[in-house]
Amino acid sequence: MTSTIDRTEHGSSAPADAKPAPKGGGFTGAAANYLDERTSISAVVKEFGRKIFPDHWSFMLGEVALYSFVVIVLSGTFLTFFFQASMVETHYDGAWIPLKGVEMSAAMESALHISFDVRGGLLVRQIHHWAALLFIAAIGLHMLRVFFTGAFRKPRELNWVIGFMLFVLAMAEGFTGYSLPDDLLSGNGLRIIDGLIKGIPFIGTWTSFLLFGGEFPGTAIVGRLYTLHILLLPAILVAFLALHLVFVVVHKHTQFAGPGRTEKNVIGYPILPVYAAKAGGFFFLVFGVIALMASFFTINPIWNYGPYDPSPVSAGTQPDWYIGFADGALRLIPPGWEFVWLDHTWSFNIIVPVLALLVLLGAVAAYPFFESWVTGDKREHHILDRPRNAPTRTAIGAAGVTFYAALWAAASSDLMATHFQLSIEGVIHVVQAWAVLGPFIAYFITKRVCIGLMKKDREIVLHGYESGRIVRLPGGEYIEVHEQMDEYDRWKLVDFEQYEPIMLRPNAQGKITGGMRFRARVSRWFFEDRIAPAQQRELGHGHDDTHGELEGGKGH
Amino acid sequence: MPRKSRKANRRHPLATVVLIAIGLAFTGGGYALFSSTTTATAETTVSQSTIDEGEKLFAANCATCHGMSLEGTPDGPSLIGVGAAAVNFQVGTGRMPMAMQGPQAMQKPTQFTDEQIAALAAYVASISPGPAIPDESLLQADGDAANGAELFRINCAMCHNVHGAGGALTEGKFAPELTGVLPTHIYEAMLTGPQNMPVFNDDNLSPEDKRDIITYLKYLEANPSPGGNELGSLGPVAEGLFVWIFGLGAVIGLMVWLTAKSN
Repeated sequence: MTSTIDRTEHGSSAPADAKPAPKGGGFTGAAANYLDERTSISAVVKEFGRKIFPDHWSFMLGEVALYSFVVIVLSGTFLTFFFQASMVETHYDGAWIPLKGVEMSAAMESALHISFDVRGGLLVRQIHHWAALLFIAAIGLHMLRVFFTGAFRKPRELNWVIGFMLFVLAMAEGFTGYSLPDDLLSGNGLRIIDGLIKGIPFIGTWTSFLLFGGEFPGTAIVGRLYTLHILLLPAILVAFLALHLVFVVVHKHTQFAGPGRTEKNVIGYPILPVYAAKAGGFFFLVFGVIALMASFFTINPIWNYGPYDPSPVSAGTQPDWYIGFADGALRLIPPGWEFVWLDHTWSFNIIVPVLALLVLLGAVAAYPFFESWVTGDKREHHILDRPRNAPTRTAIGAAGVTFYAALWAAASSDLMATHFQLSIEGVIHVVQAWAVLGPFIAYFITKRVCIGLMKKDREIVLHGYESGRIVRLPGGEYIEVHEQMDEYDRWKLVDFEQYEPIMLRPNAQGKITGGMRFRARVSRWFFEDRIAPAQQRELGHGHDDTHGELEGGKGH
Repeated sequence: MPRKSRKANRRHPLATVVLIAIGLAFTGGGYALFSSTTTATAETTVSQSTIDEGEKLFAANCATCHGMSLEGTPDGPSLIGVGAAAVNFQVGTGRMPMAMQGPQAMQKPTQFTDEQIAALAAYVASISPGPAIPDESLLQADGDAANGAELFRINCAMCHNVHGAGGALTEGKFAPELTGVLPTHIYEAMLTGPQNMPVFNDDNLSPEDKRDIITYLKYLEANPSPGGNELGSLGPVAEGLFVWIFGLGAVIGLMVWLTAKSN
């Protein structure tokens, strides 16, 4: 059932049995014919129905994000029927007794109304929120998969940037949604954003007043965030999403190395009928998981938080997980980074973490361009790297993940302190050290582990693996029999690119510029510890028929 | 003439003395009356034998740190004026006697019976007056939950979390979880401000306000979240952890299943 599609000229590789639709297909056939005669849709179906997707579980993470987004749109539409994005003051008179008669905004009142008095409202609210958390988590994991397998390399750099934009948009969607109910938690979150904005030198205060329509909290912010949340951000998000998917179709999917898999083909199943059925079913599975979470687990109980009031702040006030790294960055800054200079207050306790976050996000967006600059590799790559086979990239990724994790952990410093009976200052100091030193430690450990694994792979390819069978030779010597791998398994271990540092050569003018020296130095750092894949001549077995392909990894 | 004589009485040499006497009687009597109303609840009928038993228990279990006559030592504060409410809270929740010196006294199974705790409280209250154990009528959780919820959010939630799930303080101290705490102990905690907690006296939160706060907390206990399991009521951190481990975990399990090759 496995099919192959040729990358370069897939149009001509259509099987010969693509005859015109057989007559007498009953109603379905007639309807299909009717449509086709008027829209020529069969060409589209033929093109898309024969798209091949390789099978690997990690390739479905993007699908999870897509399906969660569909769930978010469906549930969010339902919520807009009942939600009032207004900060007009009113008094609650619904079913939740501990808020009866309490003064609140119409937004909060309608959110409570959805939760307690609209049939199915609470379930849909919880579906919406759980789906949002899953959406961004799936995006994050999808990005990590793409990063660690090198799927961002040419020709997919731009799609990586589009995906990154989707990640940022998803976070913005999440945060605007978190702020809409106008409960205590969302108001506290907005207060932090307000503080962040006001901490920007010169323009901060003006920007804050512009955003909130006056001094925080004002009476305008919920309506404004609502417009962003349900109109502007989703529109941009859907546009980028469509572009992202178009690029997936244009580039075709990447695949892991394996027998018969080359840079020029895709081996897997066609969309019709296999993937259409699998993906369609998977949508309902994802929806089901979200619905189960929403049915059995409370999320954002706004009735506990009560209406927003600038004076109270609850213990354990945190943003949703995807903004946690920003909250953590603020918590990690030591005291005393604020001073008055030139009659202005310089809040470096705000400026530094904001810059750190921007640098982190910018590094994520720019990484593909950095790596192609370092490697000087202008070829297209459709075969994925195993993370171990790109030790420096994997180590950089591990360092980034460690830094993010430190910021993320810092956002729950108070809960770690209470739940593990630690002092909150101790937790913060440990996480501060983790954020600064952790990335370096993670870098070196990961790189050494990758290189060790590559050495092991090479060893297995050259000498086979230990079978555990001890044989006594006639001369009395004991040896352990090493068994050779079969060719299919060996393929995965030897089919990877071999890079070398860029040679420092004079350019057309016969000069070596400083930029070239720098690039050569970075390239040497990137590739200095490398393990060459086992070559055919080293294997010591006569597999002459596969010789060319096994050496294909050499990359010349 | 009588008018004149009255005028003469007013100018009587002893008139000033009488006036002062009357003034003193009013202020003194008024003060006595006032202070007796504030400590009226403390004057529950306690027999001398109970106080004696409390004294013995105190000498055996508390005096090492708090001193033989409640005067305090370097290891423990003076208990003069803490009242029966403080004793009932600290001993009744197992915080006292402490197992060890630490950032704060930890809750543990109570070491004394209810009678022994009452005796200790009576003894401490008999040395010097202080906040008394609250009246049963304030502990019925039958007040205004909405008022209690609002007061709780304003006065308590910054340490104890809006749902009473507890929270971190500095230097390893913490505000404990409030679920399952007896109404008496909640009231006494507000009244006496144990450990790091501030005192919420009757001018700050009236007895009715305290009753409303207890009503709210008991309402939360009796009415679990309509949205399902509360994940510890810890807020977004618990939700994020849940979605990463169980939500994404379940989805990845399904993904592996969908792409698994049949054997």
